[in-house]
Amino acid sequence: MGVYVNKDTKVIVQGITGGTAKFHTKQMLEYGTKIVGGVTPKKAGSEVEGVPVFNTVKDAVDTTGATVSVIYVPAPFAADAIIEATDAELDLVICITEHIPVLDMVKVKRYMEGKKTRLVGPNCPGVITADETKIGIMPGYIHKKGHIGVVSRSGTLTYEAVHQLTQAGYGQTSAVGIGGDPVNGTNFIDVLSAFNEDPETEAVVMIGEIGGTAEEEAAEWVKANMTKPVVGFIGGATAPPGKRMGHAGAIISGGKGTAAEKIRIMESCGIAVAETPAVMGETMIKVLKEKGLDEKCKTH
Amino acid sequence: MNIHEYQGKEVLRQFGVKVPNGYVAYTVDEAVQAAEKLGTAVTVVKAQIHAGGRGKAGGVKVAKNLEEVRTYADEILGKTLVTHQTGPEGKEVKRLLVEEGCDIKKEYYVGVVLDRVTSRVVFMASEEGGTEIEEVAEATPEKIFKEIIDPVIGLSPYQARRLAFNINIPDELIGKAVQFMTALYNAFIEKDCSIAEINPLVTTGDGEVLALDAKLNFDDNALYRQKDIMELRDLEEEDEKEIEASEYDLSYVSLDGNIGCMVNGAGLAMSTMDIINHYGGDPANFLDVGGGATAEKVTEAFKIILSDSNVKGIFVNIFGGIMKCDVIAEGVIEATKQVGLELPLVVRLEGTNVDKGKQILEESGLNITPATSMADGAEKIVSMVS
Repeated sequence: MGVYVNKDTKVIVQGITGGTAKFHTKQMLEYGTKIVGGVTPKKAGSEVEGVPVFNTVKDAVDTTGATVSVIYVPAPFAADAIIEATDAELDLVICITEHIPVLDMVKVKRYMEGKKTRLVGPNCPGVITADETKIGIMPGYIHKKGHIGVVSRSGTLTYEAVHQLTQAGYGQTSAVGIGGDPVNGTNFIDVLSAFNEDPETEAVVMIGEIGGTAEEEAAEWVKANMTKPVVGFIGGATAPPGKRMGHAGAIISGGKGTAAEKIRIMESCGIAVAETPAVMGETMIKVLKEKGLDEKCKTH
Repeated sequence: MNIHEYQGKEVLRQFGVKVPNGYVAYTVDEAVQAAEKLGTAVTVVKAQIHAGGRGKAGGVKVAKNLEEVRTYADEILGKTLVTHQTGPEGKEVKRLLVEEGCDIKKEYYVGVVLDRVTSRVVFMASEEGGTEIEEVAEATPEKIFKEIIDPVIGLSPYQARRLAFNINIPDELIGKAVQFMTALYNAFIEKDCSIAEINPLVTTGDGEVLALDAKLNFDDNALYRQKDIMELRDLEEEDEKEIEASEYDLSYVSLDGNIGCMVNGAGLAMSTMDIINHYGGDPANFLDVGGGATAEKVTEAFKIILSDSNVKGIFVNIFGGIMKCDVIAEGVIEATKQVGLELPLVVRLEGTNVDKGKQILEESGLNITPATSMADGAEKIVSMVS
């Protein structure tokens, strides 16, 4: 089980002939992901890692029956790539590309309203369902199948959390990176809600960072709806205001979006927040023990 | 990216936003000449730095004749202004805007920003012009009016009218205010702004609606298609190390501490700062080497960290996804060869090709302290620099 994707999910890669995409296509195939096609305009008929390349998303979908696309195309063309995938009525589009102009994303979100396609990202590591399918750029070997869901705005912090869980013997269902941009597709609440409904997931790690109010909204949602324990972490507690910390979305402005405020609200909504990024796993284990879920979640 | 007020006004003028006439001046003589050219009874001499709060810090003066222009220009040029946005070290004034004075009837606030909650652009307006909008938002949020804009339609005339009525623009100036707001919105969209803030917008005795100040910030990710804006970049306003980092596509932010950090991924880089603080240390920087770093990029990152004389030790914290640990290891070795390594260096590697990376570091014979986790690494570097 897990959320959004599983071992049967058929995936196409947009921008498959680029260097990064080629590398990750190989990695994904090795993990067992069903990559059934790729898209690069004017490269139809060629192959990458044995995967057929098509000129358009529509061609690729019509021929292969893919339901998910992962996008590696460069930032200036990425908005168009998302719109093309939406137009081809895919279930899910995962956009890895970073540095997309934010006004492009405003238009993309508007275009996607009322359409069936779900967007994850941009500027994200992708989605993995442990031991089934890996769609994105995360290192596969740190993930082990189990019962913890992970959702995060940060790629490397997701790896950190997953690694801590795996090392301690606690496997995961899925890990979803929602990306570090101010305008993105799937948000915390969407993923928390999916984990809430996933029978395999027993608890969730939610990793946020400074900037915006997505964590606060998610915390309120957790308080009202979540039946499973949630453990949190917020990166950037010591970041100075007004400075953008790498991610376009990670900035404290006008006194809003501080880690202290996010942590306060998360804790008030019943989320156990890890004090440092080094104890995300430990904090989860402590909560699992308190809730009597430890035995079920300890997988190896 | 940030630009100066006079540049912002120039950009806005191209879109039909009304701004007072004015000229930039780099010297006292140029300032006097500018005032002569304007020929108005009153001129305003304004310090041009990339920070707000200039008025309160003595960077804005009203001159009634050319002698006063000379006196004020002389006083402000070269002065270090300390405002709530400059930090305690302040910013030296190297440029002035000399502008015609105007007969202000009333000050307002208008601003265009991205609203993250709705993923739309939002137009804000308030009758409380001239003061910090954050303070207005805090004390009297009901005095800020907002219109969420559909990107397909743009700012509709009725929305602009509604804002103008809400902030009590006099009836006879509603038309001009709507024109002003529409032009401002167009500039925001066409130039890929992240912020376009006019504080204050003023109505004048002769029935004009004018931008008395202009703060434009631009989306760094869109600069590739805004070549004319890129030319407005003033490198003297930016941190030297941050400029160098941006040339190598490294994301670097200078901080006040003494532990240099090199990390991959923004979230992990921020959290590395947090954990150093947790163990009682003080980071010297935020540095995200990004996903696709090469050995060369890592070398440059190292050099930038070491060019900060406050740095007493370095913590490398890498969780390789796209980034391969062996590439980082090679970069670290190359960097230490080029610049020498006299400071304590703690390296924590995890992720793709981790064993290869560790092996490369071990065999290098360099004095590198390995760490088994980020907590272990942070603890080690903090104890080594203290």
